[in-house]
Amino acid sequence: MVTIPVGELRVQSRSLAGEAWLSELFSSLPVLAGSAWLAGQQQRARQALAGESLPSRRQEAWRFTDASAITAIPAHRLERLAAPAALPAPAAQVLRLVLDGHGDPLEGLALPEGLERLDPAVVEELCGEALDANGAAASWPVQLNGALAHQVLALRVSQPLPIVLELVSDTGDAAGVLGLRLLLVLDPGASLEVLEVHRARGASLTSVVLEARLGPGARLRHGLLAQGQPPQPAAAADELPSSAGAAPVLLHHLAVVQDPASELQLTAAVSGWGLARLEPMVVQRSGAAFTRLRGLQRVDGRQVVDTHSRVLFAGPDGRLDQVHKALADGAGRSVFNGAVIVPRQAQRTDAAQLSRSLLLSDRARIDTKPELEIVADDVKCAHGATVSRLQQDELFYLQSRGIAADQAARLLLRGFCEEVLAELPTPSALWQPLALLMGEEPAP
Amino acid sequence: MIRPDAPVLLEICDLRASVEEQPILKGVNLTIRAGEIHAVMGRNGSGKSTLSKVLAGHPAYRVTAGSVHYRGEDLLALLPEQRARIGLFLGFQYPVEIPGVSNLEFLRVATNARRQEQGLEELDTFAFEDLVRERLKVVQMDPAFLERSVNEGFSGGEKKRNEILQMALLDPLVAILDETDSGLDIDALRIVAGGVNHLASADNATLLITHYQRLLDVITPDYVHVMAAGQILRTGGKELALELEESGYDWVDAELERLEASAPEGLATAQASRTPAEVG
Repeated sequence: MVTIPVGELRVQSRSLAGEAWLSELFSSLPVLAGSAWLAGQQQRARQALAGESLPSRRQEAWRFTDASAITAIPAHRLERLAAPAALPAPAAQVLRLVLDGHGDPLEGLALPEGLERLDPAVVEELCGEALDANGAAASWPVQLNGALAHQVLALRVSQPLPIVLELVSDTGDAAGVLGLRLLLVLDPGASLEVLEVHRARGASLTSVVLEARLGPGARLRHGLLAQGQPPQPAAAADELPSSAGAAPVLLHHLAVVQDPASELQLTAAVSGWGLARLEPMVVQRSGAAFTRLRGLQRVDGRQVVDTHSRVLFAGPDGRLDQVHKALADGAGRSVFNGAVIVPRQAQRTDAAQLSRSLLLSDRARIDTKPELEIVADDVKCAHGATVSRLQQDELFYLQSRGIAADQAARLLLRGFCEEVLAELPTPSALWQPLALLMGEEPAP
Repeated sequence: MIRPDAPVLLEICDLRASVEEQPILKGVNLTIRAGEIHAVMGRNGSGKSTLSKVLAGHPAYRVTAGSVHYRGEDLLALLPEQRARIGLFLGFQYPVEIPGVSNLEFLRVATNARRQEQGLEELDTFAFEDLVRERLKVVQMDPAFLERSVNEGFSGGEKKRNEILQMALLDPLVAILDETDSGLDIDALRIVAGGVNHLASADNATLLITHYQRLLDVITPDYVHVMAAGQILRTGGKELALELEESGYDWVDAELERLEASAPEGLATAQASRTPAEVG
């Protein structure tokens, strides 16, 4: 007698759904006109995914993260939004580029001195370089993005820029799939502050691949605000397709190559997505650079946020300072995997990684894992991970000053978040990162 | 200042309390009237810190018997935050560091919670800044500490000054200061003690919990109580502290033995408490 375990059956039916979802998505995409190079890229990505399904929990990198939420998103490209979402007015000294996957975000804009569109020939040469250097070209979210993206926003920074570049997407209540592909090239000695904001509320999937290349002595301060929001309850739910209630999905991949004496400061704050997967990856290709990573993620309800970071020191004297924080409430699930790779040639590397998680509910779940591969012998690599509830001593201290228990808990949680949010580029305040992260109603 | 007709602020009767099923307080009796400064002294593990935490309502301590009345009200029935709002203050031996929460914001929320109880209007950010800058002088504290996270990276002396600053803002009727002198150099001790003296009035009362006479050189107590094995063993005036400084606590053991002999049923508890009690 042959018995088929129930679990396997379930896996199989899910993978069929994923395969069907992908083929429906690809057949809905328009044929790319214009750039033969980009069409080729797209074709290759689609071929790589042909016959594939969604990432499975049998793969180590997706062990804790169920990607099946993706199939609840309508498998077609997001239409150009009829009425773009209302965004806060940009602060002074902010250059805002709104990315909707359709128009050219640079059209009609005067770029400041030191910032220019990258020459198409150079784009073809450099696009994919940071992904390859990070060993990420074959990862599922990157392939999906390659299969979708029909344009690359590529910018060159040739000097220290006095402005903040805001890269914004907001799919609002719309349903469908948005693919964004970006490339930033910082020349030697150039510096740039970027605030990348992605917002969604409907049944949409936002797929982002951002590559950045930091020349010797270049500095990039990059803030990522990923503000999902639960879907609005529809007034007449029976008239809407079943997907209307699906929570938004974010797949974000950031690949950076750093030259010596360059500095990268990346601060990410993520909340409100049904599923969010972030993959920040950095290579210090000759070592001797500085990388500072700050992450904050919050899950509530049945949300899942997964950050898989990876820093590779391909030369000596590199430094890393990484802190990743997570808040898990409701029946949410938070995953962090922090890889730090220090091969033989990376002597005198100085790396520190700390993961701090707060478990706020009995039904929530946190998986956190430092992953250190150290071959070099003369290095300092510190790592630590804590998962706890709110500290009774901290709560009691606040209560003993007349602050009610619930308000005290709120103060502690805000404090926990503020430590990371304070590192975002200044214009981030307009986007009310704390209120949105805590799931509070944003102020008008 | 002792005035027999002054109103009773705090009345503790036969208070017994445990932590993790271990009895620590074994019948504490103490009456505090307005205007008085009391000092509770005793060795490590005598229960003096436990007394302060029980009064403030720390959730790790369980009251098993006895009563505490604050201006006639049953204090033990109140949540810690309610106790603070009606005017009870605990100055912590080890003030807690709270990363990410600004000291200024914390002080403002706390002050407004107390003011609401007092029927005073809430202070907005600007009015509060004026108030806090004035109260900073009480402890000669640098305004820069307002911008930092609560107690984070403060030295021992700075933390204790921050405690007294909170006391100056919250205007308590009963202030319990738990080992406020520990970890202070002589200058910081003078500043902190100066703040306490400045805030003491005919309407409020202070309960100092301390190991050493040196705090009592700068804050003169009206009463000194010696605690041992979870009880107040002896009460006297400020000369009792001087006597302790000279003769130490050895007489306490003899006294405990005498007590045990006269009250056989108390023997077991008193002996048990002397062995493992390293509870501050």
